[in-house]
Amino acid sequence: MEKKVFKRTGGLTDIPMRYCPGCGHGIIHRLVAEVIEELGVQKRTIGIAPVGCSVFADEYFNCDMIQPPHGRGPAVATGMKRIRPDCVVFSYQGDGDLASIGMAETVHAAARAENITIIFVNNAIYGMTGGQMAPTTLIGMKSTTSPFGRDVKRAGYPIRMCEFLAALDAPGYLVRVSVHKPANVMKAKKAVKKAFQVQMEGLGFSMVEIISQCPTDWFLTPLQAVEYVEKQMIPYYPLGEYKTPFKKEEGKKEAKDKIEVEFRTDFN
Amino acid sequence: MSRIEVDEKRCKGCGLCVIACPFGVLDLSDKFSSTGYYPAVMVKPEKCTGCTLCALVCPDVAIEVYKETKKAGAEK
Repeated sequence: MEKKVFKRTGGLTDIPMRYCPGCGHGIIHRLVAEVIEELGVQKRTIGIAPVGCSVFADEYFNCDMIQPPHGRGPAVATGMKRIRPDCVVFSYQGDGDLASIGMAETVHAAARAENITIIFVNNAIYGMTGGQMAPTTLIGMKSTTSPFGRDVKRAGYPIRMCEFLAALDAPGYLVRVSVHKPANVMKAKKAVKKAFQVQMEGLGFSMVEIISQCPTDWFLTPLQAVEYVEKQMIPYYPLGEYKTPFKKEEGKKEAKDKIEVEFRTDFN
Repeated sequence: MSRIEVDEKRCKGCGLCVIACPFGVLDLSDKFSSTGYYPAVMVKPEKCTGCTLCALVCPDVAIEVYKETKKAGAEK
């Protein structure tokens, strides 16, 4: 006799996903859908689909979805949550959407401590438009607009969103996870679940940054892309919780003690 | 015996499940699926323990896992 131990979650529709082979979006869709189903909030969940590769997320998630303009996910989520405080609102966004055009909306939603959850998929590139350089593209990484690798003098440095938002007082839960290995997928699911619980308990803004792989625009095979995440992405984007509401005061004191301010003197 | 079922209409042959399996149960097929990819198949079905690691990393949620229950094993 055998028992079904893993089946497709009811939080996803039956439509096959149109992502490239090896793309991390599918795994992240499944994690979010499973968490929504496990928390039993599928009937009162509103999702915000992004502009980017996952623009068709409204077809895949089995809950109410809305599609705002590019980068305006947190602003629309704010309105949704303020009008319907009983609903669970999450915004699913990529790095071009959240860290580039939608930076103002993201930072101000976080600073106002809006009670929403953001799922931030960081694959270090603009996927849908053909692999251009994003704000999160690593130094020296090749893209179609930086064919010789990202040059610091021309394009500056990549933005670390979790550390950036952790500087604000308001956010409740900030965490960075990845989905390149089974163990990391399990950790990512716990982080997504915690983020939704933070929202349902009214503890403020929560964001889960998920390091994802993009084999097509990194010009790698899916297996090489997984290796790239481990060897190149994670050293620059360290995994872990940056802010959690459960140890807020202790964490704050520790963080203040740890910060060492270095003044730059090498300006040209 | 534990086993997995791969939905060939969803599988895109990325091979993430092949490296995730600790026992080398899975490999990519030699034949095209109806969508034009080489789907994952079980090459060593007797070694499958039903650990669900392959299903966890599958980006297209194409894998379903059936695990053999202990009671049934004792009866056999």
